[in-house]
Amino acid sequence: MIRLEGVRKTFTAGETQIHALDGVSLEIDRGEFVAIMGQSGSGKSTMMNIIGLLDQPDEGAYLLSGQNVAALSEQARARLRGTAFGFVFQSYSLLPRMSALEQVELPLIYQGVRDRRRRAAQALVRVGLADRIGHRPTQLSGGQQQRVAIARSLVVNPLVVLADEPTGALDTATGRDVMTLLSDLVDQHGMTIILVTHEEEIAAFAHRTVRMRDGRIIEDSGAASAAVSPASGGPRSLDGEASP
Amino acid sequence: MSMFDALRIAVRAIVANRLRSLLTLLGLVIGVSSVIALIAVGQGTQKGVSDQIRGLGTDLIFIEPSAAATTQQGGSSSLITSTLTRADAYAIAASGNPSISAVSSHSSGETQAIAGVNNVGAESVFTSSNYAEVRDLDIAAGSFIGPGHDQAGALVAVLGSRVAETLYPGVDPLGQEVRLSFLGGRVVFSFTVIGVLVEVGGAADADDQVFVPITGLANRFRFLYTPTGDLRVTQIDVQAVPGADTEELKQQLTDLLLFRHNRSDPDFTIESQDDLLDAASEVANTLSILLGSIAGISLLVGGIGVMNIMLVSVTERTREIGIRRAVGATATDIVNQFVTEALALSVFGGIIGIVIGVVASLLVDGSTVGDQEMTTVIQAWSIAAAFGVSAGIGLLSGLYPAWRATVIDPIAALRNE
Repeated sequence: MIRLEGVRKTFTAGETQIHALDGVSLEIDRGEFVAIMGQSGSGKSTMMNIIGLLDQPDEGAYLLSGQNVAALSEQARARLRGTAFGFVFQSYSLLPRMSALEQVELPLIYQGVRDRRRRAAQALVRVGLADRIGHRPTQLSGGQQQRVAIARSLVVNPLVVLADEPTGALDTATGRDVMTLLSDLVDQHGMTIILVTHEEEIAAFAHRTVRMRDGRIIEDSGAASAAVSPASGGPRSLDGEASP
Repeated sequence: MSMFDALRIAVRAIVANRLRSLLTLLGLVIGVSSVIALIAVGQGTQKGVSDQIRGLGTDLIFIEPSAAATTQQGGSSSLITSTLTRADAYAIAASGNPSISAVSSHSSGETQAIAGVNNVGAESVFTSSNYAEVRDLDIAAGSFIGPGHDQAGALVAVLGSRVAETLYPGVDPLGQEVRLSFLGGRVVFSFTVIGVLVEVGGAADADDQVFVPITGLANRFRFLYTPTGDLRVTQIDVQAVPGADTEELKQQLTDLLLFRHNRSDPDFTIESQDDLLDAASEVANTLSILLGSIAGISLLVGGIGVMNIMLVSVTERTREIGIRRAVGATATDIVNQFVTEALALSVFGGIIGIVIGVVASLLVDGSTVGDQEMTTVIQAWSIAAAFGVSAGIGLLSGLYPAWRATVIDPIAALRNE
């Protein structure tokens, strides 16, 4: 479903050029739960931004469901981003002074969906926040805020949920709860999730691990062709399979 | 995103920052309301002056001694030095010019009118029987100065309505004695009241004047006579026949007076009512433009306030913009959001400003500032212009911050805590 081919992205910082992505090729299928790991500066966030259409590659192809989206206009990328991807960020990324329900409605506003309230409420029920619908971010715990963010990412029925360090701001127990929620989405609802993290424990929840260093993929625990069916479940060993 | 959603987001953002929005609104409210109120005052002044000039009568031509011929140091000086005489007025009346319907002449001076314990400062007009006709003055009680009073040099007086009310509250003034004190109280003469004028209203002079026969006064003040025995006057009013060519009449009058005064350059000025109206509306227009410009500047400052707030708002809400972009907002959506917010602010401010401006204009209308009665005329165009400018400023001051919002990199914006 997602296919990157020879993607390059270079940032210029003063005199020096940083090759954030240096010829990356990657394929991710529907229903996969992929963890992208690496040190900061390894290019994992850049890759997520490109996959999520927040950024564009300098070189290479990006096929999303067979369509080349590498060179779409800003407008088209924004529209596609809103329907195909749901984002979960480390810092929850909720808007202040808005109730949980309104936060979740937000993506639907930009899609011009009519049935916003009901769908947003459903998404909140799905993440176990049925009784927190009217609460504002300041009235919610970190874990609850992250659940609101997850509900917001799910409400559009995206192809992929992109989670960037979703547990980074949470304590271990709460982080585990959030990861369990994400795992359930994959295992029980067939959702595709791409998780960016530098924590091994968090990555262990995923079914496939892609390791990056200096803008290159140095290890991939399971190629797309070998993708496991959701039914097989359970975290896989991190150092099991070698990259193709 | 629908218009309604954009408006809802805008109103939320405005309400979320109540105090800041209120202060921003204040700038626009002051700008819009002052444009409306100050233009109303300017137009009111113009109307007041025009009404006053029109109230003098119709189709009038005023002849006065020119500045060079008088010392211009107050009424009594020009009384002594005026080159115009009643004989000039008689000559104009006798010239048989078909464009002339009536002629009167008068002098005037500041006096104090006294009756019993009441007294009031009133301008005394020393004139003849046909003054009332030329100036369109109507008698409420008694009669105006008649030809008999004129010839006899009678010491009789006709009172303006306000003078009569002040001097004789609750008493019939007719037949009463009124004393006029001249030259700062050094000379006081008694006159018998023979008539009271109908109130003219507004800022008209006649309500505050006392009319006495010039011949009666000249019997006491010998200096009102010229060495050749003519009566000096400080003004001759010529009423033209309706529809007459006043420019041509002015020329004929000039020729006649030059001949009589045996001069080649005039020692008098001739102005028609239209000339006065033109001059007055020019002054009032300048005043309107001046007031409008000052108010316009405050409106501009208000608009800059809106832009300033929107820019701050964009910077402050970088993270919000990032989040909205991440959940599918296009650059156009973001532009719409900020433009709508600026528009909502300025339209709201404009409406409040219109209400306050109109109410203020209505309150000022008819009130007295110092001893000046204020008149305001609310102009529909000033309301439309003020509102249009404020909405336009809102649109413009929303566009730049909105554009700034779209060039924000969503990735960087999301990292912004």
